[in-house]
Amino acid sequence: MLSAILGIFVWSLLAPIVARRLPRIAGWVLAVVPAAATVWFVGFVPEIAAGGTVREVVAWIPGLGVNLSFYLDGLSLTFALLICGIGTLIVVYCGGYLHGDPMLPRFFLFILAFMASMLGVVLADNIVSLIVFWELTSVTSFLLIGYLHDSPQSRRSALQALLVTSMGGLVMMAGLILLGLTGGSFELTELVGQGDMLREHPYYLAILILILAGTFTKSAQFPFHFWLPNAMDAPTPVSAYLHSATMVKAGVYLMARLAPTLGGTEVWTVTLVSFGAVTALLGAILAVRQTDLKRILAYTTITALGQLTMLIGIGNTYAVETFTVYLLAHACYKGALFMGVGAVDHEAGTREVTQLGGLLALMPVTAAAIGLAALSNAGLPPFLGFIGKEFMYSSTVGLGEGEMALLGWLATAAMVASNALMIVTAGLVFVKPFLGRRTEAAGHAHEAPVSLWLGPVVLAGIGLGLGVFNGALERWFVAPVAASLTGAPMDVHVYLWGGFTMPLALSAVTVALGAAMYLGWPRVKAALDGIASALGYDSDRGWDRILKGLVRVALLQTRVIQSGYLRHYIMFTIGFTTLAVGGTMVVKGALVAPSLTAAAGAPYSAWALSLIVLASTVAAVMAESRLVAILSLGVVGVVIALIFLLYGAPDVAITQFMVETLVVIIVALVLARLPRLTAFARPDRRSAVRDGVIAVAFGAVVTAVMLAVIDLPIPLDLSEYFAERSYTEGFGRNVVNVILVDFRAMDTLGEILVVATAGLGAFALLKARPRREPPVGDTKTVGDSKPETGDRS
Amino acid sequence: MMDSLILRTATRLLLSLMLLFSFFILLRGHNEPGGGFIGGLIAASAFALHSIAFGPRALRTVLVFDPRSIAGVGMLCAIAAGLFSAVMGDAFLTAGWLHWGEGDAVFHVGTPLLFDVGVFLVVIGAVLTIVLALEEEDV
Repeated sequence: MLSAILGIFVWSLLAPIVARRLPRIAGWVLAVVPAAATVWFVGFVPEIAAGGTVREVVAWIPGLGVNLSFYLDGLSLTFALLICGIGTLIVVYCGGYLHGDPMLPRFFLFILAFMASMLGVVLADNIVSLIVFWELTSVTSFLLIGYLHDSPQSRRSALQALLVTSMGGLVMMAGLILLGLTGGSFELTELVGQGDMLREHPYYLAILILILAGTFTKSAQFPFHFWLPNAMDAPTPVSAYLHSATMVKAGVYLMARLAPTLGGTEVWTVTLVSFGAVTALLGAILAVRQTDLKRILAYTTITALGQLTMLIGIGNTYAVETFTVYLLAHACYKGALFMGVGAVDHEAGTREVTQLGGLLALMPVTAAAIGLAALSNAGLPPFLGFIGKEFMYSSTVGLGEGEMALLGWLATAAMVASNALMIVTAGLVFVKPFLGRRTEAAGHAHEAPVSLWLGPVVLAGIGLGLGVFNGALERWFVAPVAASLTGAPMDVHVYLWGGFTMPLALSAVTVALGAAMYLGWPRVKAALDGIASALGYDSDRGWDRILKGLVRVALLQTRVIQSGYLRHYIMFTIGFTTLAVGGTMVVKGALVAPSLTAAAGAPYSAWALSLIVLASTVAAVMAESRLVAILSLGVVGVVIALIFLLYGAPDVAITQFMVETLVVIIVALVLARLPRLTAFARPDRRSAVRDGVIAVAFGAVVTAVMLAVIDLPIPLDLSEYFAERSYTEGFGRNVVNVILVDFRAMDTLGEILVVATAGLGAFALLKARPRREPPVGDTKTVGDSKPETGDRS
Repeated sequence: MMDSLILRTATRLLLSLMLLFSFFILLRGHNEPGGGFIGGLIAASAFALHSIAFGPRALRTVLVFDPRSIAGVGMLCAIAAGLFSAVMGDAFLTAGWLHWGEGDAVFHVGTPLLFDVGVFLVVIGAVLTIVLALEEEDV
């Protein structure tokens, strides 16, 4: 499975080259690898249907329990087939839809990379790998939504989608890590066995809320639904692939994957059912208010996602069966509708439902595909959508007859309303543009090329075929997915005709209601628009306000903390360190009195050196000129090096000597750039006292830390370990250096990276500052308290 | 730049001596006090001295390469030393050694030497990047 994912990633890197070399047939050529992956996954269907599972582990960072482990069961196989299968059709479609677009090579790179990431999400068994792939889908989808980067609208939508989903992803990461730590494993398959323990655990609620934050944002559940319709600024293949069939279903997938681990509790059911039902209804209501075909489909996608979330929440047998049926039904009809609408847009030049009509005769193949898909969308027999709708009613009615009667009946009512509205949208997408009177805009349209109608036809055909041959559907998909969702194999039955039952009656009501609303659509839309403007709430605007507020807070905080004066930064840093360390030591009672006997036993040379340090420090503080101050500090450094030498640390001593020398050279060079010493006025009394207090307090804290540290017995086992092995294993007698370049070479590598980066950073600061504006924080950086006004000579 | 004849004359001598010493420190570091970090600092001071005596342009001529490239090559050396073992199937940065001779006269050479050379170059490059940036700044 890793090879499938990596294969598609590598293929995505090759895609731009292929697309440039073979511009005419790039879509067909590039679809080969996804098609091969599809065939490969289809090969697993019999094995999985027979109750088997496949697990594959490649150690990644075994020390941290991070593995590239993949797991194939009913749920992941179904998703993998959707991703690769629809992906293949989409790649073909892209070649036709974006034909001649100069950025097409890049587009193929993005969409194939997305495909591989998405495949990683649904196959990953390890939590950390899952998070990595999850974020990769966010990033690639950002690139795809922002594909038309010349348009500010498209950039805004891309950023919005990225911020909403990655914010949720971040929260979810905390939840998943908490889940892993609580459950004692980072493998999802192992966590299933911990389900009972986890549901009783005090952290259960925290885990659930954190994870749902991620899945709800990704799958556009209320109140995070607003980003999805905006994401329709992307080219149609992206909308068809990411925002109907795959990425937005990642959240649904994860909830389904975790259902046997976390599901079944009251809070799970109530949360998922209520949020799902509200999202479904809201999406349906918003959908019928739109006139742009693509936006209509976008909102109905929100409905479908809400319904899937609700079904996971309900979790009874019917709901589990419906989940699979509806997942497949939606992926097929929505993918077909999106691609079909794209073809209409491509040929007729508009997606406005009010301007389209009479396309049936002009685009018969596209019309047939959209028609079949719309019938499935409307939930009419014998399509897959019909089975989905019937079973959905059975599951909500089942919930209503159980303990949560109120929730069940409310959900049923919400479903009837949203499914009726879905019928309206199906009418808007098919009946009006194709069967309605021919309009001017449709005048010059003609049938789309095969690359544009292949996808819709195949997907619509599958929607019909699986509905009719529902025995295969039951055996190959519904039963294996049900086993994944409940954690145990279960008996499932999928059928078109269930007799004269409550769900059938509800279906009849739905169809009647939907047909009536479609006929009165202008009035329904006007009424809904009226309600919306009366409410005056728009989550998209709300988002803008939140972003603006965030920027304002950031500006305010920057003004307060980042004054641009180096002395303020030093003051904050040292002051905070003093308070934090000193405060902790006082609170924890870690203060140690200096030992006078040890001091008395020190050699005379140590005393003499200490006195020199003290004298030079006083000289540095009292110095009238900067040069004297720097040289005095240099003396302090050199004497400290001598102390190192005295106590047998020659390596440290030499380093200290050299560093001290270079510091004096560099600071002297800096000083040469500073204004004349006249501007180096003595600080006024107040700032002198303030600086003095901070300096003395910091010195006191450092001394206290030193005393506390030397008071502890120094553990020697590590020194002995290194001393013993220095020559035998490191072939060097200088233990310090052997540690630096061999035993702890990784640390040294990090350190020299810091050294190199510091050099580049200083270079950038000195060379790349703006010329015209007065530079911030360079001339006023030495310890004076008034901003420099003298010119820099 | 300081226009001093004494400093210039002394620097001519000192530069080569200090550089020689820095190599000596670098190479002996594994057995005696020294090593790439200290050696690099010594070499950097030598070049800084040259730059003070003869000016930044003269230093660039002496260095031939931009100090940023020197630091970059140093980074590459250190990483290459680590990758060597990774290619051989060991953990990143595991030392690999070759030995010549017998008994007390055995001579060891291995990837830690390459690593130490990397440290040496990074330190020289980074310090001189700062020194040159300061000296060349046209104000």
